[in-house]
Amino acid sequence: MNSQKEKAPIWAKILLLIGLCIGAVYAGFPVFWMFVCSFKPNTEIFAYPPRIFSDAFSFSAYAQIFRDPSKVRFFINSYFVAGVVTVLTLIVSILASYSFSRFDFKFKKILNMMIISVQAVPPITLLIPYFGLIVALKLFNTYWALILTYMVFTLPYAIIMMTGYFNTLPRDLDEAVMIDGGSRLLALRRVLVPISVPGLISVGLYTFMQAWNEYLFALTLTKTVEMRTVPIGIQLLMGQHSYEWNEMMAMSILGSLPVVILFLFFQRHFIGGMTAGSVKS
Amino acid sequence: MIAARRNTTTKFQKKITPYLFLTPTLALMFVLMVIPIVMVIRYSAMDNVIMNKSPQVIGFSNYVRILSDKNFHTAVSNTIFFTVVSVIAHMAIGLSFAMMLNTTVLSNMTKSFFRVIYVLPWVFTAAIIAILWRLLLNPNGVINYFLESLGLISEKVEWLGSRKTALGALTFINIWSGYPFYMVSLLAGLQGISHDLYEASEVDGATKVQQFFYITIPQLKPIIVSMAMLDCIWTMQQFSLVWMTTGGGPIRATEMISTYTYKLAFSKYEFSMASASAVLILVFSMILAFVYVKSQVSRD
Repeated sequence: MNSQKEKAPIWAKILLLIGLCIGAVYAGFPVFWMFVCSFKPNTEIFAYPPRIFSDAFSFSAYAQIFRDPSKVRFFINSYFVAGVVTVLTLIVSILASYSFSRFDFKFKKILNMMIISVQAVPPITLLIPYFGLIVALKLFNTYWALILTYMVFTLPYAIIMMTGYFNTLPRDLDEAVMIDGGSRLLALRRVLVPISVPGLISVGLYTFMQAWNEYLFALTLTKTVEMRTVPIGIQLLMGQHSYEWNEMMAMSILGSLPVVILFLFFQRHFIGGMTAGSVKS
Repeated sequence: MIAARRNTTTKFQKKITPYLFLTPTLALMFVLMVIPIVMVIRYSAMDNVIMNKSPQVIGFSNYVRILSDKNFHTAVSNTIFFTVVSVIAHMAIGLSFAMMLNTTVLSNMTKSFFRVIYVLPWVFTAAIIAILWRLLLNPNGVINYFLESLGLISEKVEWLGSRKTALGALTFINIWSGYPFYMVSLLAGLQGISHDLYEASEVDGATKVQQFFYITIPQLKPIIVSMAMLDCIWTMQQFSLVWMTTGGGPIRATEMISTYTYKLAFSKYEFSMASASAVLILVFSMILAFVYVKSQVSRD
């Protein structure tokens, strides 16, 4: 009976494969097209009928980006901002999660609820007051304006995830260190953080991705070209000269590369972590 | 006496320690979340702040103006269409892809190959998605070519440039970029459903369709409900994608509440009106979030 069930009829298998392929075209074709267009000369982007590979296949769109220091600067800015946001978010969320996981205190429930609901606050609502606030704090058009604002959006998720992670670790672990005369911080650093590396990876990835992709605040809180990040840089290409499609596609490929690589490397962590957060929290 | 004092200090220390660990978080949240929300609510009750040197409190009249503005009504109805269609389509596509990937018929290699492709739209940021689809949906672009050669359209359509098609096209793009989140979560959910349930129902003579409606859907319901709530909150607030594909145009055909608010603030410099509109979005979002948290709590 069991073996019979394993052997599905051949037509079911074919039907399923056809379905999967249709889905793959829907999901993958746009990405494939972006990829091939980045190697075409701009004049052939709208060739009729469209061609997948051009005779004039070249890396010139990529070369153009690397040759232009202001475009390289977009990438440096994005790496810097996203990197700092990730590190700071991890540190701050580890401390906060430790508190939520290991202590009982008066306002714990309320604070926890607040951190969950903060995630639903629309960025556009904060944008108007931020504009004045960031100027008043003298942070306008600086890295810190972006780093601090991004943390407001990355921290809640990180705290919720890390609290959940710490809750699965037995208290005896950190208490053992404290009985030996160690402080709480030592217990956290020596015991809890090392065991939590898988959780930290998934939270770190998600944080990096959010910071790397952010658009609205980067658009409003920075002003000069040398402070712009990749998403804004891509958009600036649209306005600058008359639609260099191949260059925009090359920039898009380069702009997604860090996220794609991180994603492929840590797929399992990532998907596991994301769903745990979205489904349970 | 010294002992007693030490006792009280340690007690005090014990009380304060959890808050010390929370200090960085609370400080950041206070300065960049609590204060801005108070500010935006205050702005919304004044005549034009920032532009006006000494703004006066004028109560609710900004809200009255917003709520009676025709463009706001357009923005609300566009946002509702955009959100409802996106959420339903995300769910339908996410669930069907997840079910195909959850099959026992194919090898793991094949499945993970397709899974990577299906997840692809997720890794791209709104700026890139916007540019990519502007290329694909260009009147001379590859999608028009395919539709034309299949005989589905007789002339080149300006998908994002015409008032009739822009909202539909924009929603289509948003569906493409958003379904993987559902797919991944539903796939995890499907893998968590016990096989015994299906086997028992097979013994009772249930068909595949019956299994789908009486086992799969009820088992996934908690995930589906919470994903739909989250998606509603996010889609309703969507700004970047709309801004970079159509900018709310042509002639407000794709105006959302978010782009409406942004334009009020940063192209018309009506900061108080924009604040009122921003507070309205906040209130909608908070209502949805409240329902979401409630549904989460009742599950536990």
